[in-house]
Amino acid sequence: MSDITSRVKAIIVDKLGVDESEVTPEATFTNDLGADSLDTVELIMELEKEFNITIPDDQAEKIATVGDAISYVEANAK
Amino acid sequence: MNLKRVVITGLGTINPLGKNVPEFWDNLLKGVSGAGPITRFDASNFRTQFACEVKGYEPTEYFDKKEVRKMDLYTQFGIIAAREALKDSGLNLEQENKKRIGVIWGAGIGGLQTFFEECDTFSKGDGTPRFNPFFIPKMIANMGGAMIAIENGLKGPNYTTVSACASSAHAIVDALNLIRLGKADAIVAGGSEAAVTVPGVGGFNSMKALSTRNDDPKTASRPFDADRDGFVIGEGGASLILEEYEHAVQRGAHIYAEIAGGAGNCDAYHMTAPDPEGAKEVMILALEDAGMKPTDIDYINVHGTSTGLGDISEPKAILNVFGEHAYDLNISSTKSMTGHLLGAAGAVEAIACTLAVKNDIVPPTINFQNLDPEIDSKLNFTFNKAEKRTVNVAISNTFGFGGHNACVVIKK
Repeated sequence: MSDITSRVKAIIVDKLGVDESEVTPEATFTNDLGADSLDTVELIMELEKEFNITIPDDQAEKIATVGDAISYVEANAK
Repeated sequence: MNLKRVVITGLGTINPLGKNVPEFWDNLLKGVSGAGPITRFDASNFRTQFACEVKGYEPTEYFDKKEVRKMDLYTQFGIIAAREALKDSGLNLEQENKKRIGVIWGAGIGGLQTFFEECDTFSKGDGTPRFNPFFIPKMIANMGGAMIAIENGLKGPNYTTVSACASSAHAIVDALNLIRLGKADAIVAGGSEAAVTVPGVGGFNSMKALSTRNDDPKTASRPFDADRDGFVIGEGGASLILEEYEHAVQRGAHIYAEIAGGAGNCDAYHMTAPDPEGAKEVMILALEDAGMKPTDIDYINVHGTSTGLGDISEPKAILNVFGEHAYDLNISSTKSMTGHLLGAAGAVEAIACTLAVKNDIVPPTINFQNLDPEIDSKLNFTFNKAEKRTVNVAISNTFGFGGHNACVVIKK
C-alpha cells in the first residue's frame, strides 16, 4: 500500500468511524461508508489539510469513492 | 379551560456529584463537594483554577467515536441525562405516539468549546476560512434538545430556552404549560451546559463572578457564608420526564411528584446585578400559578450561588414573600456541592426538590462557617447537614444574568 493510500484510508477511518476493512477502493462514501453531506465536506477538508492541496468544489463533487480520493490526491499532491 | 395535571415520572442526570441520579442524590445528602482542579484545559494562568467537573467522564462509554466528534460536550451531557430519565420513566416509546412527546431543553450558552476551538483555529491561520462543516450544528444552543429528539424519534414540541442560569427552569415551566394545555402527553425537560472552558472561566473571571479560593476548592462554594467570594462553575446535564397525569396513571407509571406550578419574569433592572423585587415577584407568581399559599411551602432550593450580591438579595425576597413562615422553611443551596451548572442548574435543582419531596429529606448547604451579618440569622439554611422533615411542597428558584427569574413548584 502506497504512503498516500494509507494516509487517505487513515483519514477516512478516523472521520467516518468505520473499520479499515470496509475502506476498499470501490466503497462509496455515502452509500457504503455512511457519510452524510457534512461528513463528505469534512473529509475533503481533511484531505486538503493532510496533503496541503486545494480541492475545488467542482472536483470535490466528483470524489465519490475511496479510490476516487486516492487517485485525486496522487495526481495533485505536491 | 380545564388545565391538565402534570407529574414527574422519570429523572436523569450526569453532574459533578455523580453520573446518574442515585449517585447524585447519595452525594447530595452526604454533603460532598464536586469541586476540584480544572482538568479540561491548562488553567495555570487563570485567576480561578478549579471547577465542578463531571468526574472520570469518558465519552466513548456513551457514544461511538464518530458521534462524539459531532457533538459538543453540552449535547453529550444532555443526551446522557435524557437517556436515564426516559429509561427511568418506563415509557415504551415503541407503543407511544411519539408526535405527542416533546423535548424542551435549556442551555445558557451551548457549544462554547466548539465555538472557541473553531475561532481559535481560524485566528491562527492565514485568513482562509476553513471552518469545520460541523461547527455551526455542533455549537448552536438548540442542538442538545434536537439530538435528544433524534436519538429517540420524539416528534412533539421541541425548542430550547435560553435565559442564562434560569434556562432549564424556564424549560420545565414551558414543558409544564404545554402539557397542561394538552399539546403533549409527555416532555423530556431539562438542560445541559459545558462551559468549563478557556472563554467560560476567563469570561466569568473578568466579571469577578468566580471564587478564587484555589488553595481549597472544596470549600469555595459557600453560599450565605460571610467569606464567600464567588460561584464555582460546574458542568453537566439533568432531565425530568414531565407527563400528563392521566397518561401516567393509565400506563401504571411510577410518579415521583407533581409539578404544581411555575412562573418566569424579568427584573428589568441590570445586566448582571439582581433586583430583589424580581425574585419576590416570581415566587409570588409561581405560588399563584400552583394555587398555593406561602404557608404550604416546606423547602426552598434557592439560587444561592455564593456570590456577594445574590446571596443577600434572595433571602430578602424570601422574607418578603413568606413573612414569619420564612423561619419555618428549610432553605438550601445545593450549588454548595454541585457548583453552578449555569443553564443546567434549574433542572439539577428540580431533581433535588423532587427527591426531597419524595423522600422527606432536605439536602444541605455545605461549607458554612460564619453567617454574613447582612443575612437574617433566623432563617434555616440547612447548613452543613441534611435534615429530615416532611416536605409536602418544595420550590426551586433560579435567576439568570439579564434579570431572568424562574420558579418551579413541586408537590407530593
